[in-house]
Amino acid sequence: MRHIISILIENEAGALSRVAGLFSARGYNIESLTVAPTEDPSLSRMTIVTTGTDRIIEQITKQLNKLIDVVKLMELSSGSHIEREMMLIKVKAATMAQREDVKRLADIFRGHIIDVTTTTYTIELTGSGQKLDSFIEALAEHKILETVRSGVSGIARGEKSLQI
Amino acid sequence: MELSGAEILVHCLKDEGVEYLFGYPGGAVLHIYDALYNQEDVNHILVRHEQAATHAADGYARATGKPGVVLVTSGPGATNAVTGIATAYMDSIPMVVITGQVATANIGSDAFQEVDSVGITRPCVKHNFLVKDIHDLAETIKKAFYVATTGRPGPVVVDVPKDITDPNIKIPYHYPKQVNMRSYQPKVKGHPGQIKKAVDLLLSAKRPMIYTGGGVVLGNASEQLRKFVRTLGYPITTTLMGLGSYPWNDPQFLGMLGMHGTYEANMAMHDCDVLIAIGARFDDRVTGKIAEFCPDAEIIHIDIDPSSISKTITVDVPIVGNVADVLDDMNSQLELSSKKPNKKALDQWWKLIESWRAKKCMSYDRNSDQIKPQAVIEILHEITKGNAYVTSDVGQHQMWAAQYYGFDKPNRWINSGGLGTMGFGLPAAMGVQLAFPEETVVCVTGEGSIQMCIQELSTCLQYGLPVKIVALNNRYLGMVRQWQEFFYQNRYSHSYMESLPDFVKLTEAYGHVGIRIERVEDLRPEMERAFAMKDRLVFLDIVTDQTENVYPMIAQGKAHNDMHMSPYADLPQDPERELS
Ligand SMILES: Cc1cc2nc3c(=O)[nH]c(=O)nc-3n(C[C@H](O)[C@H](O)[C@H](O)COP(=O)(O)OP(=O)(O)OC[C@H]3O[C@@H](n4cnc5c(N)ncnc54)[C@H](O)[C@@H]3O)c2cc1C
Ligand SMILES: Cc1ncc(C[n+]2csc(CCOP(=O)(O)OP(=O)(O)O)c2C)c(N)n1
Ligand SMILES: [Mg+2]
Repeated sequence: MRHIISILIENEAGALSRVAGLFSARGYNIESLTVAPTEDPSLSRMTIVTTGTDRIIEQITKQLNKLIDVVKLMELSSGSHIEREMMLIKVKAATMAQREDVKRLADIFRGHIIDVTTTTYTIELTGSGQKLDSFIEALAEHKILETVRSGVSGIARGEKSLQI
Repeated sequence: MELSGAEILVHCLKDEGVEYLFGYPGGAVLHIYDALYNQEDVNHILVRHEQAATHAADGYARATGKPGVVLVTSGPGATNAVTGIATAYMDSIPMVVITGQVATANIGSDAFQEVDSVGITRPCVKHNFLVKDIHDLAETIKKAFYVATTGRPGPVVVDVPKDITDPNIKIPYHYPKQVNMRSYQPKVKGHPGQIKKAVDLLLSAKRPMIYTGGGVVLGNASEQLRKFVRTLGYPITTTLMGLGSYPWNDPQFLGMLGMHGTYEANMAMHDCDVLIAIGARFDDRVTGKIAEFCPDAEIIHIDIDPSSISKTITVDVPIVGNVADVLDDMNSQLELSSKKPNKKALDQWWKLIESWRAKKCMSYDRNSDQIKPQAVIEILHEITKGNAYVTSDVGQHQMWAAQYYGFDKPNRWINSGGLGTMGFGLPAAMGVQLAFPEETVVCVTGEGSIQMCIQELSTCLQYGLPVKIVALNNRYLGMVRQWQEFFYQNRYSHSYMESLPDFVKLTEAYGHVGIRIERVEDLRPEMERAFAMKDRLVFLDIVTDQTENVYPMIAQGKAHNDMHMSPYADLPQDPERELS
């Protein structure tokens, strides 16, 4: 089962390696991990997407909580939540037909073309991981030059929030 | 008061009440060593290898309950310390290890004697710190002690770059009285609802079993445990790490459980219907085959570390909290409860247990013309009246010491259980002897293990530590040989010790007394002679039966009721299983 775990962690050097080291040392899967400081610069927020049986997920959350730098943890996938991922994708767009088709697909997916050259388009697209996958599929006819994905960020719906 | 970083460090240790600092100097810590010079508050013990510094600090911590403290230099000093840090980590021992580091400006440049100590130790510490600013130094040291000694204890490394300790940079010194870390707030009290559930379940048991571990020793909860066990009248077993927290000769005590546990303890585990685990972590040497672990039991688990609970074995009533607090609560509930243990069922259960006990699984050949290792340990118990602090190395001798010494006080049995570190015994004994100069401290070892830290005989001379070394010399890496006998058809691949040193001469060369014992009739008198030399270190090189094995034994991955038994155990027919 896929799970999304959000943590608030002291924004200190080495915090990321403690988390990454925990996953590798104990043989847990990481599908994606995102991290950046929060509105309080002393704290970082991480979103970790992982897979495992309930028992493994329980151990993962306990082991993460046990890290001295982890201030708070929430398993987003246990409740109603929103996830988003951002992708930058550079596509060959040299002929008129290519340019039109790529633009049309980007519009359908509500992406933005954020860089244009005579031969390429770069599109920014935000959404669930699935939506990003579908967009890549939709571009099958085109030559993709590069994709950059941010990994998933997540937040709980409603009043529930991960804060100290 | 303006002090340099080096002076601050030493003041912090003093203010923390550190008696002994186990260490070894080198470039990155020379400023600190200079600050140690000409002060008398913190006694520095110069070991002969950094691994020994960590084990000595660890032994000190296990015997006293206070944190052990270590100081080593950067690079090889730090890497040499890693084995000892990992040893302490696996057994949850409180320790603060200060490692020197190259100057901040040089970090990351492959500078002389630079290793990423924080990175290398990360997986085997409770936490670690790199001090990047002298203004953070005192608070970091305070945090290190706080983290090491609270919650589930463990080693904490503080990496201190050389420029932080520069004698020319001085700042005001203030050692914080306490620290508050928003990200670390260990829980002490157990949940009252869970405790009530546990007490109800315990009182409904027909075949109860109490399984306790190192957490009772670490949490200083022997008194509470004894009261709990006696109130209930239930059988109790302890892990290797819990020995001494309940008296060995009490009739309710079934001995150690697990791979080399007693027949009665393991059978009772297998057949119980309610199990309460107290400060024990369901290690694989204890559980054996997971699928057949306590097949009929509902399980209660008290542990201060939530991640120990339901890690390998799923439990029914988890209680997160400090053992002493939780047992206090349980004891008062038991007193108030109108319900009492089920006497009739309990009588039957004890009858069954006594039938297992009657097999006398710890029997061995008492008429052999060779010295039996078990006999050595029994005599050791008699000579020391069961009051010694016993450290051990790793192997067969460790198991025999655990099985035959008979501990009735906690903190007296000091061994590396989780990591199983050969080389632990002698340095650990040094730490214990420093803590308790008047007590008898024995290191039970093998001719293999002792050679892993033998250089510490020199440290013992320097500080006048009259440790008694009892070496069960079987000329084999005996534990390895035993597995090869049982599971590799006697193919003794590289488990034989050829060209052993003359331990007597070696000990004498280090300035101590060596005694070699070869004949059964010399055993007791020579041991008595050794222990009469109160102020000398004596190395007893005891030539034991090479072929002796540790029994009982549950092979790895086998169930509790599937044991290799000693050929000398009483093996009548399996008693009728009258399970109600
Ligand atoms: C050669 C060899 C053979 C071995 N054979 C055996 C064997 O036959 N039987 C055996 O038992 N072991 C054996 N061991 C040891 C084994 O490997 C483990 O080290 C041991 O079983 C673990 O003991 P424990 O469960 O008591 O846990 P410990 O490692 O002592 O852990 C203590 C537990 O208590 C918790 N705790 C700590 N403080 C507190 C507190 N204040 N309050 C509440 N909880 C607390 C901790 O979180 C942890 O979960 C052997 C080792 C070697 C090297
Ligand atoms: C540092 C280290 N290396 C290897 C081992 C594996 N090992 C466990 S017991 C043992 C044999 C120990 O021999 P000895 O000290 O003579 O004790 P004996 O079993 O003979 O009593 C070995 C090699 C270990 N535990 N620690
Ligand atoms: Mg040996």
